[in-house]
Amino acid sequence: MDRNIFVTGAAGEGIQTIGDVVARCFLTQGYPVFASQEFESRIRGGNSSVRIRVAEEPRNAPREDADVLLALNPVAREHYADALRSDGLLISSTPPPNETGTSTDERNRISIPFVPLATTHGGEAIYANAVAAGALCAAVGLPFEDLDGVLSSAFAKRGDEVVRANVDAARAGFDRAASQLGDDVPEELPRRAATYAYASAHETIPIAAAAAGCRFISAYPMSPSTGIITAFARDADLGVFAEQAEDEIAAINMSLGASAAGARAMTATSGGGFALMIEGISLAGMIETPIVIVLAQRPGPATGLPTRTAQEDLLFAIRAGHGEFPRVVLAPSDPQETIDLTVRAFDLADRYQVPVVLLTDQYLADSRFSLDRLELPAEIPADRLADPADFETYARYTPGETGVSPRLAFGQGGHTVCLDSDEHTPEGHITEDLRTVRPAAVEKRLEKARRLRKEIRPPDEDRTDDADLILVGWGSTRGAIAEAVDRLRADGREVGSIHFAELWPLPELEPQKEARYWTVEGNATGQLAQLLRGGVGWSVEGTIGRSDGLPIDARYILERTP
Amino acid sequence: MTKIEEHASPVENQWCPGCPNFGILAALKRTLAELDLAPDEVCLVSGIGQAAKLPHYLKANVYNGLHGRAIPAAIGIHVANPKLKTIVTSGDGDLYGEGGNHLLHAFRRNPDITVIAHDNRIYALTKGQASPTTPRGEKTRLQFDGVEIDPAQMLATAIDHGCTFVARGFAGDIDGLTDILKRAIAHRGLSLVDVIQPCITWGNHPVDWYRERVVPIPDDHDPADRDRAVSVALDVEDSFPVGVLCELPEREPFAASYRERVGDGPLYELPRIDRSIVDERLARLVVREESTREE
Repeated sequence: MDRNIFVTGAAGEGIQTIGDVVARCFLTQGYPVFASQEFESRIRGGNSSVRIRVAEEPRNAPREDADVLLALNPVAREHYADALRSDGLLISSTPPPNETGTSTDERNRISIPFVPLATTHGGEAIYANAVAAGALCAAVGLPFEDLDGVLSSAFAKRGDEVVRANVDAARAGFDRAASQLGDDVPEELPRRAATYAYASAHETIPIAAAAAGCRFISAYPMSPSTGIITAFARDADLGVFAEQAEDEIAAINMSLGASAAGARAMTATSGGGFALMIEGISLAGMIETPIVIVLAQRPGPATGLPTRTAQEDLLFAIRAGHGEFPRVVLAPSDPQETIDLTVRAFDLADRYQVPVVLLTDQYLADSRFSLDRLELPAEIPADRLADPADFETYARYTPGETGVSPRLAFGQGGHTVCLDSDEHTPEGHITEDLRTVRPAAVEKRLEKARRLRKEIRPPDEDRTDDADLILVGWGSTRGAIAEAVDRLRADGREVGSIHFAELWPLPELEPQKEARYWTVEGNATGQLAQLLRGGVGWSVEGTIGRSDGLPIDARYILERTP
Repeated sequence: MTKIEEHASPVENQWCPGCPNFGILAALKRTLAELDLAPDEVCLVSGIGQAAKLPHYLKANVYNGLHGRAIPAAIGIHVANPKLKTIVTSGDGDLYGEGGNHLLHAFRRNPDITVIAHDNRIYALTKGQASPTTPRGEKTRLQFDGVEIDPAQMLATAIDHGCTFVARGFAGDIDGLTDILKRAIAHRGLSLVDVIQPCITWGNHPVDWYRERVVPIPDDHDPADRDRAVSVALDVEDSFPVGVLCELPEREPFAASYRERVGDGPLYELPRIDRSIVDERLARLVVREESTREE
């Protein structure tokens, strides 16, 4: 089984609730779900979809075509009609075009009067989405008990009356769909014993950050990053101080101040906000103060497509900042890797006293993955503030072999600590000594970069040994590339893949194999290809790039594979 | 009381000889000594400019960050370690111009920090362009026909935005400035002290021109009277009223509710949160029949 369900409608019609409820029904029944969303940057109206992909084993990648299209309104039905497979099922409120039943595909349409059923059975039109969820469950073989249970727990806090209205409306939708489907009503999905962790990558960041000792976040709301600071603010038990800054410049400078005073600190933004933060990133490099920055990408330039996805900021993240200083860029591909890399980001930032950018995107922010489990690393590295008792007099930038100086927070153990954005002496004071201090300071920063490079994990390789074509990707496209490789292999092609989760400093790489290398990226210019050609001299033949704001899926890759 | 010498720094001073900044430095050292603050208990935060070099010239913790960004950095420092006396010391261009937005929101946040604005009404380090406080009509090395916009009135703005301690000092009066700074630092919440600091290199008037025009705020001025304080703050046509313009009952300082939860120590002293809390958060993400979803 590999079913893909599109729940479509206008913003404000409750498609996210339908998608979430139905996804949880599948999960309750023991089936892993991958749910992605695409929506317009508006509060009401427009066309939005939630896409639910369900299979026996986790398939955490999007699929562009739909087996079932649920359209809450006629505009959405038209907008998404092309996605519906010829053997797919359309669920809408519109009666079939030919009421006499002679249409060839009439069998594949059911018509559910969402609002009238909601009014009759739930008491109010707002329960139309419960009617739709009920119809959808009937159409895909989910037992009504699952829906009853999920709705009951989802609305428990709003009281029995709301729960009852939702369940009654859902029941009406379920029964109407079942009766319309008649003999075509699917068999009930057999219940499986499996359970899954179901989360977006961004949902795991606050948890992992808190576990890694984060105590401070300041951020300015910007899609698709806003959920991160929101989760910290909502969950006081995580122990993280969360402040909405007046702008992204304030956000990063507050976080750097907190970090200099000894608190593990982070911020989160998207491309435009990251642009405002850049002077702060350069400052972090200069004053050697740890900071973790989540850069959740969306398509640019400028405001671009605020609610869509992209991988357009790889080179930006690597190059952002005036002057030369070390930094780390990490790009997770799923919630578990996001946990691991978030913990690692705080550790690398602390150990090397550098800014670390965690590159995500709208796809990772808003898609929920099913995984067998989600877990924190067994060992989470401790903070590395120095022991103040080790110093009689303390100099913040004491030179040493590694370039990393012992770090104290302001006032720690009775010492004074001096940080300066100007070029500075080992004591941290402003200097214009160009003959000895400046060259030593440059070398100190570069030595950290050299050592960091040896820390960076090489990319993961999959089936490259016999491959004559290797697809190279980074970050969120991993699932789609893996699926494309599977399908190409099934067609007899000898294809493999390489995935980069840690991108900067570019790790030391094995020599290239005798194969054609193509990158697969959510951008138009092949940024990873550029990086590999220029950074390690790799020969990369071309790029399968996507820049329309939608996530890359396997079909997109297959249609463009050389 | 700590000794003045304890606050001395070995760093070579880069200010012009005779710069009134030396008066601010002297007053700040005396203030710290008289408040019995040891160097490690103080964090001086600055941006960029001649004034922003002050933190190097006395012994303290120093965060000499980016131009205009002293305020957010100071807020972060204060949240992370409220045991430190966090004092921002920077110029009018840095605080009122490049970083004006941050100051505006800092008044609203009310962190327990002191902001000392060295107000020389000119951009000195970049050699004589208008600052946000240069009076209309004054000629500069960029505004050749005279400044064509009105000066910022940051003290009035501070009072208007709920800042509970607003004062004006004069760099040429070290005794008076010390008194003001002591009160400002002792005040719980954000305190703003604008210090008239004539620029002897690029300014349009010598120090004595200011000295003749500095007048004490009248004894009968009630600093709790906000409306009156705004009027005094704006009354800089012919003279400069110096002293505490506005002192209001303390408001709840920034991050108070967080501090109620975690205590008042430096955040680096807190242990990691209990592993069971984060493990439980991850466990919640597993969908089970009985699981409930929180929104």
